[in-house]
Amino acid sequence: MNKENSEYLILRNKNTYEVIIGLEVHAQVTSNSKLFSSSSTKFGAEPNTQVSLVDAAFPGMLPVINEFCVKQAIKTGIGLKAHINKRSVFDRKNYFYADLPQGYQISQFKYPIVGEGIVILDMPNGQKEVGIERLHLEQDAGKSIHDIDPQNTLVDLNRSGVALMEIVSKPDLRSPDEVNVYIKKLRSIMRYLGTCDGNMQEGSLRADVNVSVRIKGSDKLGTRCEIKNVNSIKFMQMAIHYEANRQVDLIEDGKNINQETRLFDTKKNETRSMRSKEDAHDYRYFPDPDLLPLEVTDDFIKKIKSDIPELPDEKKKRFIEKFKLSPYEATILVSDIETSKYFEDVIKESDVKLATNWITGELFAVLNDQNLEISKSPVSSKNLSKLINLIKDGTISGKIAKTVFEIMMDGDIDPQKIVEKKGLKQESDPKAIEALIKKVISDNPEKVKEYKSGKDKLFGFFVGQVMKASDGKANPQLVNDILKKKL
Amino acid sequence: MSDITSQTLSEIIKNIKEKKISSQEVTKAFVDRSEKSKLLNAFITEDFSTALEKSKIFDDKPNFDLKLPGVPMAIKDLFCTNGIKTTAGSKILNNFIPTYESTVSQNIWNEGAILLGKLNCDEFAMGSSNETSFFGNVQNPINQNLVPGGSSGGSSSALAGNLTPVTIGTDTGGSIRQPASFTGTVGLKPTYGSCSRYGIVAFASSLDQAGPMSKDVRDCSLLLEVISTYDRKDSTSIDFKRNNYSSELTNNIKGKKIGIPNEYRIDGMPKEIEELWSKGIEYVKDCGAEIIDISLPHTNYALATYYIVAPAEASSNLARYDGVKYGFRSIGKNLIDMYEKTRSEGFGDEVKRRIMIGTYVLSSGYYDAYYLKAQKVRKLIKNDFDEAYKKVDAILTPSTPSSAFKIGEKTNDPVSMYLNDIFTVPVNLAGLPAISIPGGLDAKGYPLGLQIIGKAFDEQNILNIAFAMEEKINFKNKITDWWIK
Repeated sequence: MNKENSEYLILRNKNTYEVIIGLEVHAQVTSNSKLFSSSSTKFGAEPNTQVSLVDAAFPGMLPVINEFCVKQAIKTGIGLKAHINKRSVFDRKNYFYADLPQGYQISQFKYPIVGEGIVILDMPNGQKEVGIERLHLEQDAGKSIHDIDPQNTLVDLNRSGVALMEIVSKPDLRSPDEVNVYIKKLRSIMRYLGTCDGNMQEGSLRADVNVSVRIKGSDKLGTRCEIKNVNSIKFMQMAIHYEANRQVDLIEDGKNINQETRLFDTKKNETRSMRSKEDAHDYRYFPDPDLLPLEVTDDFIKKIKSDIPELPDEKKKRFIEKFKLSPYEATILVSDIETSKYFEDVIKESDVKLATNWITGELFAVLNDQNLEISKSPVSSKNLSKLINLIKDGTISGKIAKTVFEIMMDGDIDPQKIVEKKGLKQESDPKAIEALIKKVISDNPEKVKEYKSGKDKLFGFFVGQVMKASDGKANPQLVNDILKKKL
Repeated sequence: MSDITSQTLSEIIKNIKEKKISSQEVTKAFVDRSEKSKLLNAFITEDFSTALEKSKIFDDKPNFDLKLPGVPMAIKDLFCTNGIKTTAGSKILNNFIPTYESTVSQNIWNEGAILLGKLNCDEFAMGSSNETSFFGNVQNPINQNLVPGGSSGGSSSALAGNLTPVTIGTDTGGSIRQPASFTGTVGLKPTYGSCSRYGIVAFASSLDQAGPMSKDVRDCSLLLEVISTYDRKDSTSIDFKRNNYSSELTNNIKGKKIGIPNEYRIDGMPKEIEELWSKGIEYVKDCGAEIIDISLPHTNYALATYYIVAPAEASSNLARYDGVKYGFRSIGKNLIDMYEKTRSEGFGDEVKRRIMIGTYVLSSGYYDAYYLKAQKVRKLIKNDFDEAYKKVDAILTPSTPSSAFKIGEKTNDPVSMYLNDIFTVPVNLAGLPAISIPGGLDAKGYPLGLQIIGKAFDEQNILNIAFAMEEKINFKNKITDWWIK
């Protein structure tokens, strides 16, 4: 394996292979009700409590499209800089399974609502564009539960009919690192738009991963395998790593790769065959006769466009231009909409440079440490900006600020009050500092002599003594200036 | 006053409103006659005692402003009825009791009608003789061992046998018009999108329409007025301005242009049908309408197209009957085994045949050759009608290529059975409204129907033409009550 230039290559017997990856991401649409029924989509409810007659496919029940979900899909399409298809068609994907009440999934096959688009990845060595093939709307299935009852499979239909967006990338990804950045970027865009919460633990974001390998430099795609339903970035990376090496081994052994669907076993860290191409389902797609083709007008799309917030790429550009942030800082601050909101709240009333450092430094460390989202930050943006202003106007030093910050975390306390209560205000009165210096000089006649005879390094000693005498509150700049004069 | 059960709906309503008879008397008359008519096997589920109770409640506090005040009515067992078993004529739904009501039946109850029971039909409305029902054959009141047509065979039998004053059926390829034709009654298939499909057990979604069946055209117009409503719960329901069909009904059709399609003169058509058609042409001329020869060039392909599109949709629509959630379930070793046993035992032969045809035509590698091509031909058939309607206001054809046949006569010959729908299926494929009215009797004394096909949403026009013709034809059904001992 060679990671130079962030490339992911597999070396075997003088052959260098590159890995071609395409993702089909299933993102749950953020909506109160399901794609074709009014049942709630809330996560974590008691089994089968959010199931309408439509979701359970009772005789004579008919689907009625949820306009909000259509808007969400179009919004996401706009966020992916993609073509919005004014006419799309819902098809039936037919197969039998216990958690698929209709015996078919309503999906979009030939005519998806969103066409080609682009996602920009910020990689360490620069930007990379990943093509989006399409985005379509479809129903989620229910859940089969095999491990509660020893004899029977239980079915929970709460998820049945929930709206999903399937976002299909082009085979443009080349490494597990790129997959990581791609998924995070997709999630970021959808969270900015409010179209998918991106919560992988709750299954709101899952992916089928298509992997193939080829000798580097070749322009022909190898036979691909599809790894189904992987639900974390780490597992996707592990699965790709395993699968790519498995395929290279087969080629090196002179064997063929079978086009097949595989499962990733998270316990054994390996992929294994689920079904071959020959056994693939014939889904017998055809247009759902219960639903008319979905037609949206230019005005409808325009209205949605006017509601689109500033997205990460644009925000990053603005942060760099307006606030003079480095691309690295900007990327970090825009990666999550809540972080960017927090940042912009803080800098409304305080210094940008200090805010950037404090958020990406102290605050991120704390959040990481306590495994918290920034929306649950123990220090509010308002109080952080107050703290920064106390530093900026010289009320406290940066060092004291760290102490104050520690205290603030215990219930988002106003830093001003902490400074007052604990008497941490910086001493900036030159007369008071002069008095302290005089005392230090008179207490240390030997050291003064040594200093005057050329031992310059002792200056730091005097600064330290003055600071100590002031309980750390003396303004370090003033201490420096006055000390120089007095010595 | 004549016997209550032989009165038309309009007569019954008039008599109830004028307090000449009560809802209880009417209901009891139909219940009594139905009790004596078990031999027809028209009912799958009887709800007589509840009907009698409801009629008493109506009489205690009558509301004569309703369009169907206290009128009892039996309906096809394809409409889901809240709390009443709904089977679609299938074993697989033999124990199914909906917790909801179809929009069409709800519209009827909202206007004061009372449910008498659920009427027999071909299994999932797949059939032209009511012989595919899990609940057995239905007798045609016209003669013993004669099929009542299908799939709304229980409906046509109950109507002609005076077990219900009017009824509703569903029509996917002729399932209202053909049984009406076989029993000397009136049946109308509305424009696709007129009547909500919500709560109707689906056969082929792009073709299914509910419609009224009645003894005369006036009753038909009144019942259509009640059931035809826009419904947001059905995405294919169309919000158009609906007429007050009964009050706007007129026999003045002077100057109307009636098209006669050359292609409906099929090979081997019985002479009697030819003659009936000619008579029909004379009647409309007598009414002052103008006859114009037209061409519907793709008629020949309609039946083949229909038997691809309808089974394709059915194969998918019927996938939900898998034993998991409701209905019949057979015990299996595992999920697949349970599916196979449930569906093998739960569905009858005709349903299985159509599921297999439908699955086949949608399969990868065959989709383009069958389903896609059928959709293209369907468009051509619709275009034929669009072209014709540039020249004419309506089209007159026979309803069926023959009169009613004997029970068992065609059960082993599905193709000959399918040919029964030859004049009716093009209308479903094109989504148009059409009405069948009795045009006369054949040599055996069996009724023959004439079909009037209209432009989309032009139900009023075909009702008016039928109304005018009805006066001229002055048809009388010859029913001897042979089944009542």
